[in-house]
Amino acid sequence: MDLSWMAWTWQTALFFSLIFLTLVGMGVWSIKAPQAPRLGILRIETTPGDRLFISLLGSAFICLGWLAAFGSPLWWAVLICLVYAFAVFRWV
Amino acid sequence: MNKTWNNKAWWMVLPVVLLVAFSAVIPLMTVVNYSVQDTFGNNQFFWAGLQWFEEIVNSERFHAALGRQFIFSAVILAIEIPLGILIAMNMPKKGWAVPVCLVLMSLPLLIPWNVVGTIWQIFGRVDIGLLGAAANKLGIDYNYTRDIGDAWFTVVIMDVWHWTSLVALLCYAGLQSIPEAYYQAARIDGASGWAVFRYIQLPKMRGVLLIAVLLRFMDSFMIYTEPFVVTGGGPGNATTFLSIDLVKMAIGQFDLGPAAAFSLVYFLIILLLSWVFYTVMTNLDKQGR
Repeated sequence: MDLSWMAWTWQTALFFSLIFLTLVGMGVWSIKAPQAPRLGILRIETTPGDRLFISLLGSAFICLGWLAAFGSPLWWAVLICLVYAFAVFRWV
Repeated sequence: MNKTWNNKAWWMVLPVVLLVAFSAVIPLMTVVNYSVQDTFGNNQFFWAGLQWFEEIVNSERFHAALGRQFIFSAVILAIEIPLGILIAMNMPKKGWAVPVCLVLMSLPLLIPWNVVGTIWQIFGRVDIGLLGAAANKLGIDYNYTRDIGDAWFTVVIMDVWHWTSLVALLCYAGLQSIPEAYYQAARIDGASGWAVFRYIQLPKMRGVLLIAVLLRFMDSFMIYTEPFVVTGGGPGNATTFLSIDLVKMAIGQFDLGPAAAFSLVYFLIILLLSWVFYTVMTNLDKQGR
């Protein structure tokens, strides 16, 4: 099947593969070790799935903010995103 | 007793998964893919990296459209929500007037967006429009094609005209669900009209009000057709909201890469705000406040 007209790039493929793998990983994790929703520092009830969503959405804004302030490349922003995601999973 | 575990029913979900993938997920992925490339037509694409995102987050044009969008949503919410509550509280509670009132209130909601735009485009015209001509005959200098204030006035009033009914009907449903006993108790206690509103009606309407705010916010944040038909985004760029600007960029200028980056940032903002609204809504419900 010729999909060249869709102009896919390996970078976007890698990006979506990572997100897909994260979702699968979270799915497996929730089956192996089910977790009840909990109240974190935001005083809202979150499941691990909610925390992943907050991490991904927040990371997108961190990257946009980095681009606005410093421009590319985004390596430092990615590092901040990882720290942010860790904090979300730990405390939110 | 042993339960039989059979998860074959999950295969029944497969058609809808494929349908959503085909109509929503893959198109969204395509937009992400375009946002890191550039094209000059002929289906030839060149790698651009994060260039378009950098341009969008630093673009005066984007900031201005975003600012106008927030102002528009804030203004119509500030008008439609209190007005909707006021109308709902004054609607008849029983008798023949109820269905008449409900039908009349529903009429604006049944009119398609582009027709609403056309109605107001003609209504506001200085030469043949009832509003425009009447205002000018009365000595009011009203012209939405020339004056920024008049253009905003027209677009805001049009949205209020189109959507206040929705807020009113939702609030009316909330009010109708309050048992008469609450009012009787309030009368016995000698509660004032304001106290009845503040401590009985408003808390009972909270659920429907949050839905009304969420619906009106999201709809107004994505508004395209009505202002496009009435003002075309003008005069100048005065009523160019995000979606109008996006369409200009994607279809008018055929800048697929920048437009894709623009729509992703737009999408992220809507996603964030909807998440905040949704979270606040569900958590308030859980706390029963």
